[in-house]
Formats: sequence, C-alpha cells, structure tokens
Amino acid sequence: MNSQKKLIVSHAPFLHIGSGITERNLHIIYAALPALLLGGLFRFGIPAIGVVCLSVSTAMLWELLMNRAMKRPVSVGDGNAALIGLLLAMLLPATAPWWLVITGTFVAIVIGKQIFGGIGGNAFNPVALSVAILMVSWKDYFDFNGMLMNYDPDFIMAYPLATLKNFGVSGIEQYSISDFLLGRQSGGIGATFGIGLLLGGAYLIMRGFIRWEISIAYLAGVFVTALLFNLTDPTRYADPFFHIFTGYTLIGAFFLATEDSSSPVNFIPMLIYGAAGGLMTILIRNIGAYIDGTVLAILVINLINPLLDKIRPKAMGKVV
Amino acid sequence: MIKRSFFGFTTPRIQYLPMPGQVTTPAPLKRPDNVTLLVPCPAGDVDDKLVQIGDHVKSGQKISLTSAPGAYGIASLSGTLSAIDRFPGEAGREYTAVTITAAEAETLDNAFEDRSEPTLENAAAFLACAPGAPSFEPFTEPDKPIHTIIVNGMDQDLLVMTAQYTLAFRMADIQAGIKFLKAVTGVENIVLATPRDAMHGYGEIGASVMTMDATYPSGLPKLIAQKVLEKEIPNGKSFQDMGVCFFTAEAVASIGRAFSDRQIPFEKTITFIDKQGNRSLISARIGTPIADILKEYQVSLEEKDRIIIGGPMTGHSIFSTQYPVQPFTDAILLQDHGDIALTSDYPCINCGDCVRMCPARIQVNLLVRFLEAGFYEEAAEAYDLSACLECGICSYVCVSKIPIFQYIRLAKHELGRVASEETATEEATDE
Repeated sequence: MNSQKKLIVSHAPFLHIGSGITERNLHIIYAALPALLLGGLFRFGIPAIGVVCLSVSTAMLWELLMNRAMKRPVSVGDGNAALIGLLLAMLLPATAPWWLVITGTFVAIVIGKQIFGGIGGNAFNPVALSVAILMVSWKDYFDFNGMLMNYDPDFIMAYPLATLKNFGVSGIEQYSISDFLLGRQSGGIGATFGIGLLLGGAYLIMRGFIRWEISIAYLAGVFVTALLFNLTDPTRYADPFFHIFTGYTLIGAFFLATEDSSSPVNFIPMLIYGAAGGLMTILIRNIGAYIDGTVLAILVINLINPLLDKIRPKAMGKVV
Repeated sequence: MIKRSFFGFTTPRIQYLPMPGQVTTPAPLKRPDNVTLLVPCPAGDVDDKLVQIGDHVKSGQKISLTSAPGAYGIASLSGTLSAIDRFPGEAGREYTAVTITAAEAETLDNAFEDRSEPTLENAAAFLACAPGAPSFEPFTEPDKPIHTIIVNGMDQDLLVMTAQYTLAFRMADIQAGIKFLKAVTGVENIVLATPRDAMHGYGEIGASVMTMDATYPSGLPKLIAQKVLEKEIPNGKSFQDMGVCFFTAEAVASIGRAFSDRQIPFEKTITFIDKQGNRSLISARIGTPIADILKEYQVSLEEKDRIIIGGPMTGHSIFSTQYPVQPFTDAILLQDHGDIALTSDYPCINCGDCVRMCPARIQVNLLVRFLEAGFYEEAAEAYDLSACLECGICSYVCVSKIPIFQYIRLAKHELGRVASEETATEEATDE
C-alpha cells in the first residue's frame, strides 16, 4: 500500500464552473476600456494617461504594502486593486495633481478596502468612498470647469451639471444628448463617453459579471425621480435624459453601484437598492448642495445594504 | 468538464447526462482474487465465536460479526477469511473490513433458499448488503409508520447512469421487486420516480410513476419526497417522520431478483468514468478492490490524481485503490491531476451566484461567513443551515472557490456531535 502513488483527497464537489476572481476583475476592466480609451485618453491626452497610470499603479502598490503590513497573502494578482485604481482615475479630472491621485488610491485601498479585511469585506464601494472624501476635502479639484480650463475642443466644455446648478434649465438648452453619448462633454476621464459606458455595461450584464437588476433599477430610479421633478417644474429641473447621460450616472450605474461586496444579492433588495441610489442621486443634484450626488448616493445605498439583506426568501422547509 | 457558458445573466442549468444510446449490458469484471466487505460495526465488537480468520465461506453466505441484527456482510466470493481489520470510514464512522481470499472453486451458499419467504424479517436479515443497499430499518419503528415507498430511479449525481440503466434494462426485476416490497412491508402506495427523458410505457408495474426534471439536483431524495408528498418537509423532520422511505431502483431490482431466484445477488452495477470523461457500465462483485477495476481498464494512475466514489457533485474521494466496491457504490470517477479544481481560502466577495443557484433558497453568502468563523449555532438558528440539501452547487459555482459544501457538512457534523454528547451527559446525570 505504501508504494502506491499518492492521490488527492478532498471534499465534494469535484467540478468547478471555471469562474474566478481574477477573471471577473479583468473583464470589468475590459468593459471599462471603451469609455476610458475613446472617451478619456483620446479626448484628454497625455495628462489623462498620467492620471490613469499613476492611479492603477499606486492602487496596486497600496494593496501590496497593506498585504505586507498585515502579513496576509499577496492579493495584487486578483486584479481588484487595479480595477479600483482604474475606476478612481475614470472619475477624476484629467488634470488632477499627482498627490490627489495617490491620496485617492490610499483612501480607496487602505481605508476603503483593506481595513475591512480586503476583498469582500468592504461595506462601502472603495472608489465611491475615496471620491467622496477627496470631493469634500479638496472640492476645487472636482470643479471640472476650472480643472479642464485649458482644453478647447469643438464642443461646449462647460461641465453640464455645473451649468444646470448655476444657470438652471435655460442654461442647458445648448447641450445635446448626442454630444453626451459621443463623449463630447466635460467630466471625469472615463465618465464622459456615454456609448462606451453603455457598451461596457451591456457586456458586463450579458456575461453576468454584474447584476443587471442593480444597474437597471438605478437608471430607472434616476429616470423616474428626474421625470417627477421635471414634471412639477420644467423650468427649474432638467429632463431625465440629461441626468442619465451627464456626470457620473452611467459609470455609477454599471461600475460603482454594482460592486459585489457592498451590494445586495436578492432580487427585491437589488431593485430597492438600485432605485434608492437613483432617487438619492437626483435628490442631491436637484435640491442638494453638491453638483453631482452619484458617489454620495452610492455610499448611502451601501449603508442600507445590510438592512436590505434582511429581505430574503424563506428557506426550504423553514417553519416560522 | 462542465463550464460556465459565455452568457451569464441567467443562472446556469446543470443537466443530468442521459445514458448514451449504445449502452446495453454492463461488462462483467473477472473474478477478483480477494474481496473486502465493509461491515458497519466497530472492529472491537467483533465476536470471535461467530467469525474467525481462516473460516471458509461460500458466495452469498451471510457473515455475522456480532449478535446485533445489522452487523453482517454477504460474502461475494467463495474462499477463506484472510483478515478482519478496523476500517475508519468518513466522518468518524467505524467499519470492520472483512477480507475474503478466493478459493479455486465457486460454491453458492443456500441458507437464503430456506428463508426466501418474502417477509420483513428475512429481507432485513439477508438483503441489507444486496446491490443498492436496501434498508428495512424504517419499517421497524411502529410509532412512525411508513405510508409511501419511493423507488428512486433518478441517479444521485451528474454523469452517473446506474439508475438509468436499471430502469431501462431491468424493469422485470424492478416489477418483481415492487411486488415483493408490498408483501414484505405491507405498504401499498409505491411511487417510482424516473427522469423525464427515460422511456415510458412501463405497463402495469404496481407503482405510480412520477417524472422528475432533468436539471440537477431534482433527483435528490428530499426534492423527490417533496414532489411526491406535494408539500415541503419541515427542517429537522426525517423521511421517517413524514412516513416515506426510499429504495434505489437497483435495490428494488435486487429484492426482486433475490426473492425470485432465491439467491442473494452480489453483482453491483457501476458507472465507470475515466479521465477523459468516457462513461461505461461495469458489473463487479461487491467488495472488489478498485485497483482490480483500474487494472481491467488499463488505467494508469499518476501522482496526485483523484479517485471519486459516487458522482462529481456529492461523491467522496478516496486515498487508496484498495478501497472496495460497496453496495451503494453507483459510480467511480477518475480525475487527472491536471483537471482537478482546487479550492482556495479567498473570502466571499458577495457575488451572489450561490444564492441564485441554491435549490433550498439559503442565503449562502451570509451563511458562509458564519461557517468560516465557526459560529455553527448561529448559522443553524438564523441562516438556515439545516435547510441545506447537500447538492454541492454552491461550491461548484463559487467565484472565490470557497469549499462551502465542506463547511456545511463540517458544521452539521459538529452540531450533531455536540447534540449527541449533550444527550449522553443528560442521560448520565439522570442515572
């Protein structure tokens, strides 16, 4: 018996569907590329490339440092840190200074993710948390009109949501939805190209890497709330399509709200979660102090996620 | 083998594989040089007066190890007892391994011929080790009577085709078995559960036929019982509590064959799945070491390959090729060391794939967090640990490759152990 070859003994099941965390993160990165490359790097040029590279690399570096400091296995290879860095860069203006990027990735990786125990443990979306903290701390760097002043493309370079806030509906008549879809608008590096984000979102939904219920409910929440505002007073509140295609709405719907660990998994909770996010986004935009409430709205729905987990189907054979 | 489809927005459906058309009869294995019977009793309890090394046995002879009614094996080979050893089974179960070394000639034992009246006593005393392992214990509890017998014609796992073969080719035996089951147990309500795509038109078989979905895990006993009873079985209630009892199709065929031929059958039909995934049926004597089967099929085992008894979702892997074929061994699955999916210690990322796939509607993402931390009581109280059907789908789809199924089994085992220890202490203090 002892001369026998050793066999692997383990517990059932002995098959695996073949999915993996690295694959999942990689595909989310792929899905973000159209919006990033065509909408961001092409439009904003070298400064944007610098921000993206710095953001992705420092995010991975913070992850590695935290792995070392916490004496945990190195998890840089799973692609999650790179994804967080990429999404953060997509929300920043192309001219963001280096220290803002590094602080941003520090907040996202260390405070947003690793302190909670790493991947799967974070209660809040690390990217949304980081942008929210940066936005509150250095709000001038999120003033896209000021930051992108030196760009002079052939379309209106005024940040649409800022125009809406400052000049009301009459100010936004000059914008067209087709410009927003084609990325002819001011905004974060990867948040301007509507078609690219929609394509990426459709890819993620089709492949099952994100939960479609959340994205659709989020967009529906934005649409319905904006529509209600618009119906009550069309002179003060913009129409719903304007809200869907400007600011962080699309990237929020497909890339931020759908982050696995901070979102629910059951059908009804996902709908409530998404719709509440859309509602909060429009509330902040229309009657709040901030120009774009997407990241704050996402933090709020992250907060109600544990509560939503209580809404769940009755398990088989459970006697109440 | 079965991989995620490109499109992932709907939940994947895991199908039972139907039997290929060309399968006819299982290939019989040549007579083994020795067989090992695993008898469910601790080796320390073996009574020397009943059994000793060196005893001669005939094929089909009952070998009782103790005076307890269930502690026996049926010799599947004529020869001499060459070893009686302790054999630790899975989850702390104790068996005694009785090894028979073949004699030159094959002689049949005729003790069962005199006891072949179809009575409960005879069936329980002789047939518990027949292929398919029919258990008559549920009929010995008078305060929990059985009103429905379910003959399970569904294979217990993917890729397995033992039950499908039995339904397709041994219907006469099953029919006889159902007749004898009625006589033995007095239960008139017998339901035969079959796969949806099995052939129909069985004719008058004395049982009502119920077809099951071809999607895994619809063939698990609890799901079949719920379909037959048309209600959910409350957690903590056994099949016995609900008045139902299961026999596999092969067990019923064995009962039919035993009482018609007045001989206890000991040839087990096994689905053999090689490393390439080719499936074939073989017929081996119970107790045949798996090494014999591998030799017959000229399988070369490499270091770190895996041998699985049962199917890919719920089977168990073994560490030695000397492990014998048992009465309930429906399938033997080989995996090449390159094909083995390993588990990881990554945390749950809350993707929800398991929750969407769980047939028992358990919040696996929440449950696994408690199980990983060892909070088994909370898991059982608030997160429906006891509702688990043990189908293995959660581990199969897990993106983080967490061994969720193993955690669940461990938790159930630990809770069971603690509960039995508590009862033991209570009884001790009562005395």
